[in-house]
Amino acid sequence: MPPFSSLTELRARIRVLERPSDRNHNVLPFGLPDLDRRLPGLGLKRGALHEVAGPHCGTAGVLFAAGIAARLSGPILWCWQHATRERFLPGLLMAGLDPDRVLCAEAMDGAGVLQVLEEGLRHFGLACVIGELARLPMTASRRLNLAAEGSGVMALALSRGGGELAGSLPTAALTRWRVAHLPSPGPLARTAAGMPAAPGRGRWRLELTRCRGGEPASWIVEACDAQGRLALPAVLANRPARPAATPDAIWQAMPDPIQRATPDTVWRDAG
Amino acid sequence: MPDDSPGSATVARFGAKRLVVAADARARAGGVLPGMAVSHAQTLLPELAIAPADPAADATGLHALAVWCLRRYSPVVAIDAPDGLWIDMTGCTHFWPDEAALLADMAARLAARGVGARAAIAATPGAAHALARHAEVRLSVLDGGLPTLPSALAGLPATALRLDQDSLAVLGRLGFDTIGQIAAAARAPLARRLGRQVLARLDQAFGRADETLAPISPPRMVDAECRFAEPVYTPAGMARATGLLVEALCERLTRDGLGASRLDLACQRVDGQVQVLRISTAASSRAPAHLTRLLQERLEGIDAGFGIEHMRLSAPLVDRLDARQLVAGFDAPPETDLSGLVDTLMNRLGASRLYRVAAVDSDVPERSTRRIPPLAPAAPWNLTRSWPRPARLLTPPQEVQVMALLPDYPPARFTWRRRQHRVMRADGPERIFGEWWKRDGEANAVRDYFQVEDEEGARFWLFRRGDGIDPETGDHRWFVHGVFG
Repeated sequence: MPPFSSLTELRARIRVLERPSDRNHNVLPFGLPDLDRRLPGLGLKRGALHEVAGPHCGTAGVLFAAGIAARLSGPILWCWQHATRERFLPGLLMAGLDPDRVLCAEAMDGAGVLQVLEEGLRHFGLACVIGELARLPMTASRRLNLAAEGSGVMALALSRGGGELAGSLPTAALTRWRVAHLPSPGPLARTAAGMPAAPGRGRWRLELTRCRGGEPASWIVEACDAQGRLALPAVLANRPARPAATPDAIWQAMPDPIQRATPDTVWRDAG
Repeated sequence: MPDDSPGSATVARFGAKRLVVAADARARAGGVLPGMAVSHAQTLLPELAIAPADPAADATGLHALAVWCLRRYSPVVAIDAPDGLWIDMTGCTHFWPDEAALLADMAARLAARGVGARAAIAATPGAAHALARHAEVRLSVLDGGLPTLPSALAGLPATALRLDQDSLAVLGRLGFDTIGQIAAAARAPLARRLGRQVLARLDQAFGRADETLAPISPPRMVDAECRFAEPVYTPAGMARATGLLVEALCERLTRDGLGASRLDLACQRVDGQVQVLRISTAASSRAPAHLTRLLQERLEGIDAGFGIEHMRLSAPLVDRLDARQLVAGFDAPPETDLSGLVDTLMNRLGASRLYRVAAVDSDVPERSTRRIPPLAPAAPWNLTRSWPRPARLLTPPQEVQVMALLPDYPPARFTWRRRQHRVMRADGPERIFGEWWKRDGEANAVRDYFQVEDEEGARFWLFRRGDGIDPETGDHRWFVHGVFG
């Protein structure tokens, strides 16, 4: 028997051993082949926990999560600590999430947020639960993941304030995303009256820093539109195909942080 | 009663005298006080409307009010004759953000029913009685438990102690005016002179002596109870008993075609103390599993002590709940019913901590949303708003130092939180006018909003107070009001 077929057989056997519910829950694709083929199952798995973090108040991460929630159907439970500032729900419309679908819960502390999330994950009617957390311990993440697997509801853990949820420590989350905003492409443009040009659709640097069953990867994407969809920037989408899109190649394609300081560099590198 | 009437009072005959028993606010403002001779009152207010006192009707009205409180606030309500109610709120306060909010809610609801009320929350019935009647504010909450009671009550008059007229007269002759003075006096001579009552009331007010309330018997309710041959004190035993009670109650609800939206579980300990749990549901229900879960989650709040010998589960709020077909078909998608989740979270977090947000027809960002109950009918949002709104709104807006050309250029750079941002891109202005119909100060007010992007790509929502020309529209200071993604 060639080794290839024994590997396939082994995979099939492992799949049977895995939780039976796993097979029933489908995935939510981003609709961008470049992203989706990096994720196991070609999309974001529904009954699982995903982490989202980002620098600068993490608002890009919030919109990224809102975009994911917008593309799911059903009510959404969004939980944060009572002491933190209330989320401004009209802003979620930018990512296509109808605020009327959002059920807001304010917990007393981080442990309370985790409890609310777990409670929501046990409820089959929800599309997704989103929790804003300062930190996510391993045990808590495992509980959330198990609850999500049981019901097929997606769980998104957002880092409150933007830092990393668990530092570099592992959690039971299936994927860990990092979303940072990028300057609009092109040199500083001015209108005839000397006014700066209007910012167009936002740009994010989207990093998949951890992915169970997959490799880390990184992309430059255009922010969620009013339907919650990401897009690849035109200059990237139309470039000649790279022969082998290994993570290394993609890392090399990224401008390094020092060069990134001015927008012009990004423009050149990206093109 | 017409609005221009000078007030009204009830009177009763005491021996040969006719005295004022009660007077309303207008009459009291005119100087008419309870205990005054009717002729005196009529001299003060010649047009005073006088009605004979009807103690039986008063008692009936007070009882009706007690039943109302029993359904709405707590299962233990006792009558504090002739004009008060005691409500034991232990275990029932978690529906409100805090106790002050609870009192405000109660006062507002009573006012809507035409009842002017004073209320207080304190650690003992005696202290609550005294504070409700004699505190300077209409609604008072005394935190801190028993140790704070002596100092909190010290300034109140001796009449606040629920004493009979004879004792009050003797105290007055001896020169005792306040509770503090009585508390400071030596106990033995006081007891000799005045009898036991004064000290007993003092001890009850301070929590040194127990006082049991005589709760009104609840009106006919759907209920279930069980008495235990052996006291139950283990959490598992209590949970099991709760489950059985819920099943029995739900059977009765099903028989009558009712659903409960509030449940009270009263546990009587072997030492006679009664502890109460109250849960409420957003939509009425008679699903045993759901109700059992809600109750069992809060069972740890009950201190079983040496054991519980009697448990009673009652449903103070019920309404019609007709049978519903739960499984419609094989392939029909299950209907999303959030009421179970909403109940669990509401009983855990409090009613004010779980909500949805609806749009308000206002361009002023701070006023553009309002909270609605979680299960309220869908409120439409205008999904095609032309101007972007930030994902995070800073309340209040934070002032920034800027370099900007007037009148309508966006800032070239701005400093926020000691960091300088150079503006690379900008969009605006979006001019928002003050809502002059809300506040006078907004008659001319204008805000010009800009969406700006700095050199790192971070996007901010800045606004300038004023239109950049006319100082009357604003002082032309700049603020950051939000952060985009």
